[in-house]
Amino acid sequence: MQKKLIGAILAVVLFGFGGMSFAETIELLNVSYDPTRELYREFNDEFVKYWKEKTGQAVIVRQSHGGSGKQARAVIDGLEADVVTLALAGDVDAISERGLLPADWQKRLPGNSSPYTSTLALLVRKGNPKNIKSWGDLTRVGVQVITPNPKTSGVARWNYLAIWGYVLRRELGKDYVARLKNPQDPAVIAAQDKARAFITKVFKNVPVLDSGARDATNTFVQRRIGDVLINWENEILLSSNELASAGVEIVIPEVSILAEPTVAVVDKNVDRKGTRSVAQAYLEYLYSPVGQDIAGRNYYRPTSREAAAKYSKQFPKIELFTIDDVFGGWPEATRVHFADGGEFDRIYIP
Amino acid sequence: MAGAVQLRLHGSQRGAYAARTESPLVRRILIGTALMFLVLVLVLPLVLIFSTAFSRGIGVYLSSFTDPDALSAIRLTLLTAAVAVPLNTLFGVCAAWAIAKFEFRGKNILITLIDLPFAVSPVIAGLIFVILFGSWGFFGEWLAAYNIKIIFAKPGIIIATVFITFPFVARELIPLMQAQGSEEEQSAIVLGAGAWQTFRRVTLPNIKWGLLYGVILCNARAMGEFGAVSVVSGHIRGLTCTMPLHLEILYNEYNFAAAFAIASLLTFLALVTLVLKSIIEWRSARQTAFENPES
Repeated sequence: MQKKLIGAILAVVLFGFGGMSFAETIELLNVSYDPTRELYREFNDEFVKYWKEKTGQAVIVRQSHGGSGKQARAVIDGLEADVVTLALAGDVDAISERGLLPADWQKRLPGNSSPYTSTLALLVRKGNPKNIKSWGDLTRVGVQVITPNPKTSGVARWNYLAIWGYVLRRELGKDYVARLKNPQDPAVIAAQDKARAFITKVFKNVPVLDSGARDATNTFVQRRIGDVLINWENEILLSSNELASAGVEIVIPEVSILAEPTVAVVDKNVDRKGTRSVAQAYLEYLYSPVGQDIAGRNYYRPTSREAAAKYSKQFPKIELFTIDDVFGGWPEATRVHFADGGEFDRIYIP
Repeated sequence: MAGAVQLRLHGSQRGAYAARTESPLVRRILIGTALMFLVLVLVLPLVLIFSTAFSRGIGVYLSSFTDPDALSAIRLTLLTAAVAVPLNTLFGVCAAWAIAKFEFRGKNILITLIDLPFAVSPVIAGLIFVILFGSWGFFGEWLAAYNIKIIFAKPGIIIATVFITFPFVARELIPLMQAQGSEEEQSAIVLGAGAWQTFRRVTLPNIKWGLLYGVILCNARAMGEFGAVSVVSGHIRGLTCTMPLHLEILYNEYNFAAAFAIASLLTFLALVTLVLKSIIEWRSARQTAFENPES
């Protein structure tokens, strides 16, 4: 009786654990951030077909989604991602710091390893009852702002930097990028102080900090909390389509940041699993006409000229600055703003 | 002073009298309020779960379960329960037996330790295992050298579930066994029974219903656990998502019908658990009444 029971338990365990180790198909794990679910579902189907035709090999692409920072943390802790497709270079940098991929990873693919870009947009309630037109309106008393937590979410970092950059642009005028080259300039120092004060006020208006972009959308659209949601342009265009009946409107600020989500092969994992060539091909396929078209269809701004032209109508024309121009790149922005004890920790005291 | 006491007595007597002969109107209002509360808090959510699940027709409902990712989530949930429940049953019986029938040093510490999974937040429970088995964790290097995956794979999910459901059986049995004392076991041993024989013939029949009750609660939690499993899962679709995690993913993808289909299955399992629990309570009550007819 007892032996039988132990046997049965062992059988279940072995069946459960052993089942997949003899699979003939290649498995690829793509660890990604929150709003890319629809994009990669479509892209994976196409890639599986393409790879089968090209090599005859069957490949299964597994997906894991969550806040970008949280996902990077999981890869560092041992989630065996073959490729990471995260919201920002800073999160891939964190993985590379632990030696899972080389420090110059961003040079390995075109366009700083960003096959598609995006920017930020605001979502407001129908009829825009609080009359929100741009970043400047977010500090008004009585406006509740929904943005996720910059500690865990990629878009939240972009949101934060977009607002900071907007204030610098407003204070320093058209040639702000050139003037920022001289950080000792009293006007620049004054502008930075203004930006700090401004963003402190914005975060006073934030009632909840969700951990990821999709959670924030659900808070705003499903739970109907807040007056304005700052989120990915692609996420907002997608949700306004899927939730047309939810009673929300899009507002695009006239100045914003060019968000560059980045992709990379995780060397240490692909070398151990022997999946380097297919992982590399997977990311390169994102730059192909098929990949670019799928990106555009899912409201990401394609980087290839043909696809960008094809989808230009769905993206409003606005002035975009890059993180390199205004903040000196991700490592610098992370150090100054988001590291423990950085600007954000001093600004946001819950 | 005496008058005041008398007055108060009089007043309370009147109150008691009045309570017995509450006017029909007040009685109806009270019962009505209780019923309304019950409907609002318990029945309505249940109805909503099932109605949302079926909102796009029975075809969509059924196809939510034939989706490979959903099937994998159901399989993983069943596997997790199939490992966690027997392990914790075995452990629970051993621990309760030791604690209730023997005196030893450190007994109170053992009781406290058994309660630990109840006391800590499930998220912390999950993080403990990341710290132990993660790449940078205590055993990380050793596990990597032998290419053993625990965190972000099925073993991690099972270990976290075992930890969370650890106390259920033991907690159910300890008071029961303590109340029963060890006289019957002592008599059995005096009469020449061996240890195993004593356990099987004397102890086990006495704790049968309590044990089943604990197993059912343990099973319910093993299938429904979210927090700890979420931390160690890695959320790989079709591989490391249990039913509660799959439900969350579907909900976040605006796929409400499918999300609530999975929710309805989980709810259904919970309802079956509750019915089983009631049957066991009823049968054990009947058994006690049968054994002590005078009480």
